[in-house]
Amino acid sequence: MCGIAGLIHRGKNADVGSEMTAMLQSLKHRGPDSTGFALYGVPAEDQFVMRFKVAEQEDMKHGFDIHQAVIDRKNKVNDRLDKLGAKIVSEETSTEYAHRYTFSYSGDMRKLADFVEDIDGAEILSIGKGLELIKDLGDAAEVSGQYSLTGFQGTHAIGHTRMATESDVDIRSAHPYWAYPFNDVSVVHNGQLTNYWTYRRAMERKGHRFMSNCDSELIAVYVADRIDSGDDLESAMHRSVDELDGVFTYLVATSDSLGMAKDVMAAKPMVLYESNDFVGLASEEVAIRSIFPNEIETWDPYEGEVRVWQA
Amino acid sequence: MASVEHKSHDMGLHTEQLSGRTQQRFFDASAQENFTYPWAHEVDFGEQAEFDAADMESTAINLRIRELLESGVGSITVKNPRARHGVGVGILNRANITYEGSLGYFGCGLIDGPNVHITGRVGWSCAENMMAGTVVIEGNGGSTFGAAIRGGDLVCKGDVGSRTGIDQKGGTIIVGGRTGAFSGFMMQRGRMVICGDAGKNLGDSMYDGTIYVGGDVEDLGVDCVPGELTELDVKWLATKLGMYGLEPECGIGNMKKFVAGKQLWNYDNLEPSEKKLVL
Repeated sequence: MCGIAGLIHRGKNADVGSEMTAMLQSLKHRGPDSTGFALYGVPAEDQFVMRFKVAEQEDMKHGFDIHQAVIDRKNKVNDRLDKLGAKIVSEETSTEYAHRYTFSYSGDMRKLADFVEDIDGAEILSIGKGLELIKDLGDAAEVSGQYSLTGFQGTHAIGHTRMATESDVDIRSAHPYWAYPFNDVSVVHNGQLTNYWTYRRAMERKGHRFMSNCDSELIAVYVADRIDSGDDLESAMHRSVDELDGVFTYLVATSDSLGMAKDVMAAKPMVLYESNDFVGLASEEVAIRSIFPNEIETWDPYEGEVRVWQA
Repeated sequence: MASVEHKSHDMGLHTEQLSGRTQQRFFDASAQENFTYPWAHEVDFGEQAEFDAADMESTAINLRIRELLESGVGSITVKNPRARHGVGVGILNRANITYEGSLGYFGCGLIDGPNVHITGRVGWSCAENMMAGTVVIEGNGGSTFGAAIRGGDLVCKGDVGSRTGIDQKGGTIIVGGRTGAFSGFMMQRGRMVICGDAGKNLGDSMYDGTIYVGGDVEDLGVDCVPGELTELDVKWLATKLGMYGLEPECGIGNMKKFVAGKQLWNYDNLEPSEKKLVL
């Protein structure tokens, strides 16, 4: 079933790490397999933030060599960034297999992403100036605690609690998805796409890469492709409602905006709260109530509806 | 709506007279036979109680309501339900219950008898399978509002989501604002009143029942056709909407009425036993 949530503060920063943790924790019953966050922090002018992993959580439980292997893989990432002229400014290690780098780089980002992901076991979760994408197995409180998300200051965020249905329980298949190779674009989705393979093959022919067999990844790639073709976010999302078949509600975030789209059958839930300085959305109202306990007016967006809000 | 009018002329439905199942008697909330559960508690409506549900789980809220009913309290106020799911379900008693706040999914489902007032909004499938009583919501409602209800009045003064009254088998659903797509999908009996606009595929595959719409209809579903708004309809609408302080912007006399074309199922040729199976 899966649960999705999004929030955006207009014109100010807030502790979006704690807020999204609370929202996703209240949606735990919709998907206990994994939890993911796409948090949009205060962007640095001349630096990128890269979140990546060099193994799956499950890999760490098997064998003795993996512990040395993840160290070797991380060192390879450093070497390759160096070869491309990227200058690492800071390194943080959240888990044995997941890392956060800030770096400066003026070259082709797709080339950098491909070069890093060519390393065995390496997967870039996100690259952006504001975006930080964190996902792992467990509920929101566990993942948030593991990656120290409480206190994360930013303008907006989206998140996902996953009940694995059509692909594996692993980080690779967890949401959100980064819209490779576009900086700061991420997607969460609740539903099923029935023309997944048709569009996946079309996107692969255009040179896009897929890291999983999860249909939700297609939305991220699709939106990225449309933006690359010149669409703005809202136009890309309107087009997706016409072209992607199935039942779905999804959220997209960019460096300064948050978007929502619902399929033409309105078969997947979404509750929306909007005030002058805040917008909150979630699969269930309990998620919004987790940060707004007092009475507020909420409503369900309608079939085929697309909305975009600016930070 | 031009195409809808044209379609109704083509089908000769402008002189349609109410007959058969659409002429059903309206539910009478005072009828004693509707409240004959041997396990229903005798309650005193003058006896009042309230409790704060802010820190309670759904199960605890429901148990507390049952305890109060068992002790004879007939008027209960639940403060701060905070959109929790499955609150107020399965109540088979006459009682006045007020929720000061919002309910989540499946709120007030399977009830038979209570008069419920919700000051906030409700999530998906509010009052699903309701048998009797009234549920009045001041805010908005989610999708599948009143799914498969069999009796009673279910009223949302705001907007509701899609598939309102899906599989409705009786009773009355009233929406003060707008409703989404596929409202009245596979409706079998009862009445639905939408004061505002209705989304696409209204009344898709409905077997019977009546839908009234005050605003625009995006389009009609398969086998849903316009009917003639009669004096009886207007009188009933005025009474029913008046009870809840609602009136469509277009005026009751200008509401549109939709019924089943009955072309999908050769319904009346079914044997009585087959009808039972279908219903």
